[in-house]
Amino acid sequence: MLRNVLIGDAQADRVVPPSGFTAQLTLFASGAMAFLAVFALALSLASGRLAERWASELARSATLRITAPEDQVAAQTDAALRVLRQTPGVARARALSQEEQAALLAPWFGPGLDLAALPVPQLIEVMEDELGYDAAGLRLRLAAEVPGAVLDDHTRWRKPLVEAANSLRRLGWISVLLIGGAMAAMITLAANAALAANAQVIEVLRLVGARDSYIAGAFVRRFTLRALIGAGIGVALGLGGVLLLPEASDEGGFLTGLGFRGLGWLWPLLIPVLGALVAFAATWFAARRRLKELS
Amino acid sequence: MIELDDVGYSYGGGELLSNLSVRLAPGSFHFLTGPSGAGKTTLLKLCYGALTPTSGTVRAFDADMRGLDRDQMALLRRRIGVVHQDCRFLDHLPLADNIALPLIVSGRDMAQESDNLKELMSWVGLTARADARPPELSGGERQRAALARAVILSPDVVLADEPTGNVDWDMSMRLLTLLVELNKMGKTVLIASHDLALIRAAKSQVQARVLRISNRRLQLAGADL
Repeated sequence: MLRNVLIGDAQADRVVPPSGFTAQLTLFASGAMAFLAVFALALSLASGRLAERWASELARSATLRITAPEDQVAAQTDAALRVLRQTPGVARARALSQEEQAALLAPWFGPGLDLAALPVPQLIEVMEDELGYDAAGLRLRLAAEVPGAVLDDHTRWRKPLVEAANSLRRLGWISVLLIGGAMAAMITLAANAALAANAQVIEVLRLVGARDSYIAGAFVRRFTLRALIGAGIGVALGLGGVLLLPEASDEGGFLTGLGFRGLGWLWPLLIPVLGALVAFAATWFAARRRLKELS
Repeated sequence: MIELDDVGYSYGGGELLSNLSVRLAPGSFHFLTGPSGAGKTTLLKLCYGALTPTSGTVRAFDADMRGLDRDQMALLRRRIGVVHQDCRFLDHLPLADNIALPLIVSGRDMAQESDNLKELMSWVGLTARADARPPELSGGERQRAALARAVILSPDVVLADEPTGNVDWDMSMRLLTLLVELNKMGKTVLIASHDLALIRAAKSQVQARVLRISNRRLQLAGADL
């Protein structure tokens, strides 16, 4: 059957009259759904990339905060760095410079901030190695040797962020599935309308010896090709829209960079094929059911 | 070839036909007559499987029609050419394609069948109307086209339901001649008609049995025709 659709039969296609509004409905529905599917796919893939980036970048890092009287900050920072260098699983540790700390606060206080005028704690960036360190043991040792140190291993806020990104990814895929289902429903309705409108044609075809598979095939081929063309147009427009989205940037946060990356651009090309398969299945089942009813 | 054995057909709570038995032997020529509403069209429909009898058995080519699935029924209908009273064309197709429809749906190579189609269209005198759409045709042209479509697959049986119902006498005679020619080629022919003049004219050309439906039953008509 699928082979017949792909090869086509010009004579068989002609025996089914062109059906105006169902053709346009199928073309529009598949085009609109493919357009939406491109964005759902882009959202899903971008969320996936975000989740992976957050998970991998943040999982290996931690921050040590030194909050101490001004005259003890330097000593406690040195002590903390010494403890960290001796801790198995810590690949490197370094105290952030005044400029780096000022840059971190710049989004809230603006540029040119004089940290000396503020009671800002000293931050130490900790990078762990492949094996990782024992956070509980490190905390105990720091409590004993560096009383002003607080270890933040990012777990508390990293986890919900990664979960949120993963949820977005799931929602993207669910949207793609729902779009496919909605497309199948609309094409089924259009196919049913076309079959009902052509009941007399079907009767004549049967009277002259047409098999049901032949009649169904003529309708299936027509709707599958329309869905393929509609989805192709929808994907082209969708990709155009994605190309117009702003590039990923630090300023834009996660709202930018929603497009495709590298081989990800190939994913949308599957949408017309999947759309055609959905149309094929929807029309095939609708036609078989309708032909059975007309027996 | 086609055999009805004690067939009855009820519709809407009323019995339209009852205890009908008839055998259409290969190469035979039958007329089916009777008043309007007697059940001639119903009997024809029973013969090509468009209706299922409520009692009795219809056998075509040694197969009980009741036991055929839809694919088998499709194949059976390629062996039975039917001329419908209302012709039943596909209005979106030109006449040539309508006549070729049985060839198209049976998957024949149309390039190879092109000569046959032209010959058949010439036989029914419609060569010049090949590109016309069915609504543009006259009653006689429609009937001749319907006959051409019915025979294009060279079926074993031709069933014609009032084939001369909408045409003048000259055209009736022309159509009758075509059906008689088919019979002479060995085809089994059954014509449902209430046109007694046509039946009398036919009897002068071919040995025809005349069956009459009366009071839901089938009788062999006598010499009063």
